[in-house]
Parts: sequence; structure tokens; C-alpha cells
Amino acid sequence: MSRSSSRSPFVPLAVIAMVVAGSAAAFAYTAGWLSPERLTPSRLVAALAPPGGPALGHRRNHAKGICFTGEFQSNGNGMALSKAKVFTPGAWPVLGRFNLATPSPKAADATVRVRGMGLQITTPDGDVWRSAMIDPPIFAVSTPQAFYDLLGSAPKGPEAMKAFIGRHPEFMAFAGWAGSAPWTSSYAEDPFNSLNSFLFTDAAGTTRAVRWSLRPAATQMPITPEELARKGPNYLEQEIAQRVAGAPQRWTMVVTVAEPGDNTADPTKAWPQGRRTVEVGTLVVNKVIAEPDGPCRDINFDPTILPRGISVSDDPFPAARSSAYARSYDLRTSEAKDYPRTPVSGSAKP
Amino acid sequence: MSRTMTPVHFSGAQRLLHWTMAAGIVAMLFIGVGMISTVAPSYVPLVATHKTLGVALFALVLVRLALRVTLGAPPLPADLPPVMRLGAVLSHWALYGLMIVMPLLGWAMLSAAAYPVVLFGDIRLPPILPQSDSLHTLLWAAHRWLAFAFFALILLHVAAALFHALVRRDGVFEAMSPLPQRKTMPER
Repeated sequence: MSRSSSRSPFVPLAVIAMVVAGSAAAFAYTAGWLSPERLTPSRLVAALAPPGGPALGHRRNHAKGICFTGEFQSNGNGMALSKAKVFTPGAWPVLGRFNLATPSPKAADATVRVRGMGLQITTPDGDVWRSAMIDPPIFAVSTPQAFYDLLGSAPKGPEAMKAFIGRHPEFMAFAGWAGSAPWTSSYAEDPFNSLNSFLFTDAAGTTRAVRWSLRPAATQMPITPEELARKGPNYLEQEIAQRVAGAPQRWTMVVTVAEPGDNTADPTKAWPQGRRTVEVGTLVVNKVIAEPDGPCRDINFDPTILPRGISVSDDPFPAARSSAYARSYDLRTSEAKDYPRTPVSGSAKP
Repeated sequence: MSRTMTPVHFSGAQRLLHWTMAAGIVAMLFIGVGMISTVAPSYVPLVATHKTLGVALFALVLVRLALRVTLGAPPLPADLPPVMRLGAVLSHWALYGLMIVMPLLGWAMLSAAAYPVVLFGDIRLPPILPQSDSLHTLLWAAHRWLAFAFFALILLHVAAALFHALVRRDGVFEAMSPLPQRKTMPER
């Protein structure tokens, strides 16, 4: 044997122990186990929960909603901005969800200021475009960390909010919208905005930063939150179901193109008036389906699920939303028994 | 001078695959735990890298298995204690099993969540399962816990390799060494 009996195994064993311990420590650090201050999707999603805990089986935010189907009628104008198939002339199937920005699926409509729309457009080339839009024209905060700060401050009362606004003065633009924008009594009368900036790449390879909006065809009929409250806690879902049953509802999709120097990384900053806009098509909603058995129930409207020709920009939110939405999806799908589907008619019911 | 046809080293192709995949698998495990614990902009490219590298590693492990079946492996030293021999055999089967199962679990997990599977280069993979809350939950848990098991097994594998290289000096490490073959074979 070449091994010398005089050689101590201590040094090699210490080397092995150090390699293993060092690797395990690097892994633990990467996983965030050694950094309790890191903003993880789990912490962000946990911060959304109301005082009584999250509504099991439901989305952790925008928990109250109703599904719809329809189509996106593309007029071809969008081909000037993006090579995505969705912008070639044609009609592509749509799946979506009207919703309220609340962690409670039982929140009364008039108690929720922000409304949203989840949208999925599928094209025959296999591409899927998902987005989750809301009705304010700008977002409340500039960074995901500030959003987490907002979630922590809001429940603590006016003093905490005053301190929060001191740290994040950009919040005032959103507060101004929340205080002054008209309420409506119908999802069909609300606009829905991407808020976040994305990159559109055309067939020639030119890339432009854009935001998009869905502008309602229905005339907006302002209403006070008190009047909306008197119509009942679930009026919006009843109204949109009836309205769509009567006639398809439409929104025009308008893409706004940034100019060099426009802030694409901060969704609290509106771009100046007069930016180039392109009407790329019409969203037609022609069927509304209750969520428990609806086709939107098991869809995560992750805004980073994009077709070829659209990609994320330097806006930090789509990545943070994707990470947090995945966490919410993992949680709620594991709790599916807490959100039962409607029993099929004819089955035994208590 | 070899008295039998039994090789002393793994073939060059096997060693190249071993070390390429080792780097890839370690990267996958770190990217995996890193991406699910961040909301930073790096989340999007990390997830795309994880999916793309996962598919690439799945293709490589199939080639590797084929080479293993056709070319075989050098024998373990005759004086290896039976417990270490058993550990070597079982841990290698477990490593091969994880290399095959983990990419499939990831692909199936994304399919069961109705996520499009998009790789770098705009490559799209079809779903291999329909959307299912219960399957997604099961597959996600399996992917996560087997990843931790995979990392633990790799630490054990590294410790064992170094034990062979530094303490036993029995030629087992050299059989898979990335360095050029030494002229003198270890004594058997």
C-alpha cells in the first residue's frame, strides 16, 4: 500500500468537512435562510393577508372576481410595434377575469377602490399573452419593496401612513386618483391599464417601451360609493353577468409608446401627454362565468407570460408580481378543498 | 499494464459529461432555491435559465446513461469496505434517478399549473399534463423536496470523492478526475 501509516487523516478530513459545510452555507444563503430581511415572495404574499388570515383556496390578492371569455379582434395596427402574432389581423380567443383588489373574496364591492382585469389571449402559433391590469392610470408605489412597506403601514393607522408617505412621496399621485376618480357601477365602464412598461419588438428587430390600456366602449356613469353600496355587496358581478348576457361588451386596446427619456422603470410616473398611441384592436367579452367552476379559476395571470415580440422592461414590478403570483398560486391550489367547485346539478346537496 | 479488459478510468466522454453536468446540476439547485426566494428583476431570467438548463440536462443524462450502459464503469477497489461499496452503488442509482426525474417533475409541474413552458431562444414545450390543482400540489412538493435531497446527496458524493482522493487514495477519484490521466496507476 502506498498509504503511509504516519500520515494523520486529520487534515484531509478537515478539508472535506470545510468543503461540505461551505457548500451547505452557500446554498442556505442563496435560499435566503440566512437573510431574514430579504423580501421573498412568501413574505410579500403573507403581508397581503387580512387580520383574520388569508381566504384559503383563493388568490391572495384580487381575491374577489368573476370569469369571462370572448375574443381579441386585432386590427393589424399593432404589427408596426410588435411581431407578436396577436397583433396580426384576426380574432383570437380570450379568457379573463374581472376582479376587485382585495384579499377577501367576500368584500363588499363599494369597499374596494381598485378594480382589475386578468386577461389571457392565445394565438394559433402557441403563444400565450397574460396580463393583469387595474383601473388607476398609475401605480401606488415605485418599487416592490415600497409596496411591501405600504402593506405593512396601511393597517397601522394614519400615523403609520403619514410616515409611509414621508418615505414614499410618490404615493400621493395614486392617493389623488383614489380620492378624485369617479366610481362606476359596472366593470364594463372601467378602463384597465397595464401600468407596467413592457418592450415591444417589431419584425425588423426595433424595440420600444410601451404601456397599454383597455378603454371601455360603454359610457361611464359616475356613481358614489354610497350609491354603489346600496345596490348590494355583489352588485358588480351580477351587473356584468346580466349586461354581457344582453350584449357583448367592448374595450379598445391602446398602446402608448415611450419616448427616449420617459421613465419606464417607475409605474407611478405617467408619461407626458402627446405620446404616440396606437389602437391595436378590440377586446370583446361575450360570456361571463362564475369563478368556482369558471375557466379563469385555475389560471395565474402572471404578467411575465408573454408572446414572442413582447418582453419585460426595466420596470421591476412584472418580475416581483410573477414571483408573488406563483407563490399565491402554489398556496391556493394546495388549498383547493377550501374553495369547493359548485356541485353539478342533480348531485346530492345538504 | 492491465491484465483484463476492465478500464481503470471512465472514458473521456463520460468524464466530460460528468463534470459538465455537475456544474449544470449545482447551478440548477442554486438557481432553484435562489429564484423562489426573490422578487428581484433577476427572477424572470433565473426562471428561464432554470427551465432551459433543466431540459438540456435531461437530454445529457440520457446520453450519459447510454454511455454508462455501453462503456460501463471501472470497478471499485477490492478492499473497499462493504458498507462503502453499498453506499457507492445506492447513491449512484439515486443520483441517476434524480437526474432523470427532476426535469420531468418540473415540466409536469408547470403543465399542471397551465403555465406555458418557454425556454431561451423562444422554444416552447407542449404541456405533458392537463391543469390540475392536486397534481400541481403534489408535483411541486416533490420537485422541491427532491431538490433538497439531491443537494444533500451531492454533498455526500463530494465528501466521498474527496475521502477517496485524500484519505484512501485508492484511485476512485482519479477514475473520474477531470485532469489528464496520470502515467502511474495507483496500486491495487
